[in-house]
Amino acid sequence: MKKKRLLIRASVLTILAASVIMTIYANLAEGGRSGPETGDKAPDFILTDQNGQRHRLSEYKGQGVLVNFWATYCEPCKEEMPLLEEQYRKYKNEGVHILAVNIGETDVVLNRFLERHELSFPVLNDRNQEVVDAFGVNPLPATFLIDKEGTITGIHEGPILNEKMAAEMMEKIKP
Amino acid sequence: MNEIKCECGHVNPFGTILCESCGKSLSGTEEWKPSDMRYEGSARRSQTYNRTIVDKIWNFFSSVKVAIWLLVITLIVSAAGTILPQKMYIPPSVSPETFYGENYGWFGKVYYALGLHELYSQWWYMLLLASIGVSLCICSLDRAVPLYRALKSQGVRRHESFLKRQRLFGVTKGENLEEAVVKLKENLLKKRYRIREEGNAILAEKGRFSRWGPYVNHVGLIIFLFGAMLRFFPGMYVDEVLAIKEGERKEIPGTGGKYFLENKQFIHEVYDKNEHEAFAAALEKKGQIDKNFQTDVVLYKRSGDTVPGGEVKLKKEKEESIRVNEPLKFDDYALYQMDFRPILTGMSFLLIDKETDEELGEVRIDLDNPESRYDLGNGYAVEILDYFPDFDLNEEGLPVTRSKAPHNPAFVFEMKAPDRPDGEISFVAVQQTMEPYGNNKYKMQFSGIETKNVSVLTVRKDLTLWIFALGGLVFLVGLALGSYWNHRRIWIQKREQEIWLAAHTNKNWFGFKRELKAVLAGTGINEPQDRHETKGESR
Repeated sequence: MKKKRLLIRASVLTILAASVIMTIYANLAEGGRSGPETGDKAPDFILTDQNGQRHRLSEYKGQGVLVNFWATYCEPCKEEMPLLEEQYRKYKNEGVHILAVNIGETDVVLNRFLERHELSFPVLNDRNQEVVDAFGVNPLPATFLIDKEGTITGIHEGPILNEKMAAEMMEKIKP
Repeated sequence: MNEIKCECGHVNPFGTILCESCGKSLSGTEEWKPSDMRYEGSARRSQTYNRTIVDKIWNFFSSVKVAIWLLVITLIVSAAGTILPQKMYIPPSVSPETFYGENYGWFGKVYYALGLHELYSQWWYMLLLASIGVSLCICSLDRAVPLYRALKSQGVRRHESFLKRQRLFGVTKGENLEEAVVKLKENLLKKRYRIREEGNAILAEKGRFSRWGPYVNHVGLIIFLFGAMLRFFPGMYVDEVLAIKEGERKEIPGTGGKYFLENKQFIHEVYDKNEHEAFAAALEKKGQIDKNFQTDVVLYKRSGDTVPGGEVKLKKEKEESIRVNEPLKFDDYALYQMDFRPILTGMSFLLIDKETDEELGEVRIDLDNPESRYDLGNGYAVEILDYFPDFDLNEEGLPVTRSKAPHNPAFVFEMKAPDRPDGEISFVAVQQTMEPYGNNKYKMQFSGIETKNVSVLTVRKDLTLWIFALGGLVFLVGLALGSYWNHRRIWIQKREQEIWLAAHTNKNWFGFKRELKAVLAGTGINEPQDRHETKGESR
């Protein structure tokens, strides 16, 4: 009798506790990043760069890729461009690539920007913001570090402040 | 912790106040206490066992006092969340960290620090709501199960003390009591009482189901809460906004990239006073009255996998018009017309010779995708050196764009003419023109705009709605059970030259007494006394 009572009470409480925890967990998961988290597989994408060349993220398998989301009207984005350029030159022969994804500005704006800033890494235009949505990018700039397996090993929302920080990012995804 | 055996032979669970079968007080006191009847004097388990941690948690949640406190706390906390705007209502461009402090001082800082700016999705707020649900479940279980037991095992023959302790009790002395009892049973059957007899004892009972009213009620609430809980799980509930420009095709948010929508055109109609002569005066007075907001759309379904940025293969599903209250429905989703706004999509400029006012050609610029060079023939051309879709000046007084949306377009044009082969530079914004390098021969004169409507649609999917409806229905059924029916019982015991009669109802004593009067009429049995009245108490 006593045992039965304990069993019934314990199972009722367990069911209630389980549903409460599940609900709170589901709610918190929804409230977090809308895109992938660190440790998730990076969403694949196909975009065209300033020279008309197509880039597909999954084709970079075996190499590290730094994906940087930016816009011309975002001052910190512009400030980190030279830092990225420097790192790109250093690391491109070591298997780390940089893909800078513009969040879908007009060609005129983008081309004028590229004419004024000498950038050798591919600058991609995400016209319909599909890649921006897939990565859940909200504040700019946002930098995603993707290792040779295609896994996101780091998400940095905000500017890359200095050379040291940029170098650390590249080092982290060096194959 | 032993079971209690009553003198009538019935074995009661530990903690029982009145014997389940005969109703004799087991606590030893013979004093008349009507409140003992609330749960039939059954052993409310929570009041009884308190040994393990499981029991302690159970007891905590089974207390109505705790439940009321939980409700009060939730009420106060929920109210606190409305003092300052929630995070979703503050401008999206500002950081909430600084917003609350800057606008509301120290109070705002505390508000932010406590997390009240996102109160309704805080884990502890959810926990508070959930504990109300848990309390509801356990309070109900803790009372319903013993009550069911007690009502099921109630005996026909009740102990003397039980009868005496009832609020309605009376003794009738006299001859020919056999006849009176036969007549009484007849009357009771007419009033649709169920009658059980055991020797010289009779139990007439009706409306027992009404005792379950409050518990059915709680089950309804629990179903309701379950529905609310389900909304948090992916795929059950979608509430998104889709702003789509005329001519645009976009993925419908919340569908996981499965559906796309094309906006063919947006229509806004108003009532025409010539068409509706009867209302001409009213329309004159009120001015413009809206008649129709409509978006003509094409729904597409994606076929096969796609990669963001890559090509999408779409299959046309249907072509429909979305109007207010006439949503486009597909696959559990519904798209509702919510709002619209005109936006600037194009601007035109004339290249003009300032001296002669001669028009040398027109440039029509698509603000979402301007060309870099417009050839006007005869050696005239205009090049866009710079484009600021959302023009503003920065701290250094230089032109910048605040976003990529063409809210306030500005251009740096280079105008080339046969007599100005190197071009002249002109900065043109809305209602302002600058010539940074001195006097130009030519100018770009604003000549028109093009606008398109952005239709704002709500994307809604709700698989939980029927659960809410069910919960509401069960709740109402419970309410009706408990309100419109009463559980009425009459105990009759024939003794030598005496009839004892006791009666109980869970509510509506007035109606019960009237019924008793009718039942006893012509039997010769006295109406029982109301102990509340004789004691001078009122109920």
